[in-house]
Amino acid sequence: MNTFLAGISTLSLARWQFAITTIFHFLFVPLTIGLGLLVAILQTAFYRTGDLAYDRMTKFFGKLFLVNFAIGVVTGIVQEFQFGMDWSRYSTFVGNIFGAPLAIEGLLAFFMESTFLGIWIFGRGRVSKRVHLASIWMASLGTILSAAFIIAANSWMQHPVGYAIDHATGQAVMTNFWAVMTNSTFIAAYGHVLAAAFLTGAVFMLGIAAYHLRKGHDLVGFGKAARVAMVVTVIMAIFTMFLGDNQAKEMEVQQPMKMAAAEALYNTQSGASFSLLTIGNLKDNAVFQVRVPHILSVLATNTWDGKVKGINQLQKEATAKYGAGSYVPVIWLCYWSFRIMVGLGFLLFILGGVALWLIRKRRLEQSARFLRFATWMIAAPFLANTFGWIFTEVGRQPWVVYGLLSTSKAVTLISPGYVATSLIGFTAIYTLLAIIEIGLMIRIAKVPPAIETPAEAERVPELIY
Amino acid sequence: MLASLTTSPSGLEQLWFTLIGVLWLGYFFLEGFDFGVGTLMPFVSKDDLDRRVVINTIGPVWDGNEVWLLTAGGATFAAFPLWYATVFSGFYLALFLVLAALIFRGMAFEFRDKREDARWQFWWDQAIFYGSALPALLWGVAFADFIHGVPLAAHATWTGNFFDLVKPYALVGGLSTLSLFMLHGATYLGLKTEGDVRVRARAIAMRLAPVTFVIVLAFLAWTYQTARTMHHEGLVPPLLPIVGLVALAGVGWLVRDHLEGWAFIATALAIVALFTTMLLNLYPNVLVSSVSPHFDLTMVASASHRYTLEVMSWVALIFTPFVLLYQSWTYWIFKKRVGRPGSPKDAPKRKIKV
Repeated sequence: MNTFLAGISTLSLARWQFAITTIFHFLFVPLTIGLGLLVAILQTAFYRTGDLAYDRMTKFFGKLFLVNFAIGVVTGIVQEFQFGMDWSRYSTFVGNIFGAPLAIEGLLAFFMESTFLGIWIFGRGRVSKRVHLASIWMASLGTILSAAFIIAANSWMQHPVGYAIDHATGQAVMTNFWAVMTNSTFIAAYGHVLAAAFLTGAVFMLGIAAYHLRKGHDLVGFGKAARVAMVVTVIMAIFTMFLGDNQAKEMEVQQPMKMAAAEALYNTQSGASFSLLTIGNLKDNAVFQVRVPHILSVLATNTWDGKVKGINQLQKEATAKYGAGSYVPVIWLCYWSFRIMVGLGFLLFILGGVALWLIRKRRLEQSARFLRFATWMIAAPFLANTFGWIFTEVGRQPWVVYGLLSTSKAVTLISPGYVATSLIGFTAIYTLLAIIEIGLMIRIAKVPPAIETPAEAERVPELIY
Repeated sequence: MLASLTTSPSGLEQLWFTLIGVLWLGYFFLEGFDFGVGTLMPFVSKDDLDRRVVINTIGPVWDGNEVWLLTAGGATFAAFPLWYATVFSGFYLALFLVLAALIFRGMAFEFRDKREDARWQFWWDQAIFYGSALPALLWGVAFADFIHGVPLAAHATWTGNFFDLVKPYALVGGLSTLSLFMLHGATYLGLKTEGDVRVRARAIAMRLAPVTFVIVLAFLAWTYQTARTMHHEGLVPPLLPIVGLVALAGVGWLVRDHLEGWAFIATALAIVALFTTMLLNLYPNVLVSSVSPHFDLTMVASASHRYTLEVMSWVALIFTPFVLLYQSWTYWIFKKRVGRPGSPKDAPKRKIKV
């Protein structure tokens, strides 16, 4: 084992493990948040109108929501404990500050979502309709709250505020909890992440409804679901883009290196242009580029001729401030993940727009090609979420807490063998889970709901699980 | 400012040690019967319908119960960062096993009934059994290690490996929690089911009770024999463990006399007594070093600063009552016993392929 691992450091194994487990976890989380809200909306529509089509859709998407929720929960447990396992020096350094939102997330959000979801799953017909409806809203609120605390914790890593360094222990200690919870980075990121999560749920619902509309299943029910999903897609695509643009201005001030990496801008420039894509070397030898003039300046500073700092200058500034070393993240990864995220965001906006247009023209059900496209587009928000986080986290390197703690000083001092074992273990388990989960989701999503009489729709099985 | 350098614990640190203790107690009381139910499932069920009855007794609540663990973990991270960091990196592989078990177990509850396929359900049943039994064992091993000592050198540096954690004493600790949780699960099933499952759960409880009593007695005796920090905090005379053992001794009688509610309270009391004994034994340390008493990780040395603890105290004070209220409410909503669907007419239409 040890000869095999010679040359592979605990640090790189721990980074791979964090990347794999976190990306995997966050495939499911936005869908939980988004679909939770949409199912609550569908059930409210049924409660208000008594239209059984909404009831069918609530049950249909509710089932998918629960399958997805389960995997989000179990992979979330790993998230909380791997900080201590692989990043114990990080945990010791930040615990005073980072631990608080995590603990509060458990107390305020996790209890709420799990308890009320239990009531929602098992309570149909056992509690009043009003309480049953309230339970899905409470569960949805729980998911939305939980995102707030974890994004607040992450934002502190991106832009530490409300802290002091205790020189006796070397720990960061909290001096102002309010500052941590109103961090400008947090406010900007939370809106963006939340809008993207609702967008994910909406595109998922739209894509599945489109599949059934194309197959001619339950046109009434899926027609309604598609309409709800379309509205949310359009609104949330706009919010996601607008709030993402807003984040870029924060980023230029707080983490200019990340902004420069997003464009692979090596030298400071005023009125900087934005490249849509590059073929060739990003640094100095681009073979082919499509550039839009001034857009990078607008993105970063909101002005036509604003100055955007370049990687070379920022590296020089950083060495003057923090000492020798490289302060440049992996540029190609930042450059491309940023483009994939933004590009997919635009594509989803177009998807929503076309759906809106087709619905207004009353042609949605007949547009087989669009419906097929909408189903394939289910993948898009998941990719966009993933690349958005890759950009955010990779772009902050070499720091784990920006300007305070480098990633290499955060890792647990432990033999690589341990980390390799858990890395292989988690990767194997997660691969298995992904196969089971996706297989089950597709299976459930393909079976259209049976059209029921009101009496059948009210029937409650004695055993739920 | 430098509260962490003084040696006498402040009230806030004591409060948070207590609160984290309460979170663990809540976790073991609640998920204790979940683990027991999962471990006993193969033994109290004759067919698929029985297994579904068993799973449905904890269906609405297991996830909320598991959040006690997440909150205990989060609270430890916030209030005692060095404890969190040292334990979770030191118990690396053990924790990995617990996490893997909890992953498969949690998925199993939600996924099992989503396909009417005997093989699919068979594998998820395995996940429920092993996913329940393994953590039930490993949590006891871990808590026994906390008080009996782990290879901790200066500055909370871990010097041992996985096998330092699996010593005979810790294994007896693990067997105590496994048998205790199984017994707790059996009394819970006696309380929550009807028909054959209930009869079988009662029979198992009566047979399991004396075995559990012997194991827990052995573990507590060993603890008193060897634990280094046992001399303080009301552990002498050992009133608390005696209360737990008396409760445990009574379980068999209570079950036999159909006092199922009291039997469940007795197993709950035994769990609370056992873990409280261990936590008091630990205090004012959070980890005992097997290398030297000088390297014990103390509550004070691992604590966060006053301000963090104050903020957390306010949040806990305001929100804990709501959590307790709505979580208890769930148990009240689903207080009815779970049984096999009454008549064939009412039974859900599902074919069971074997």
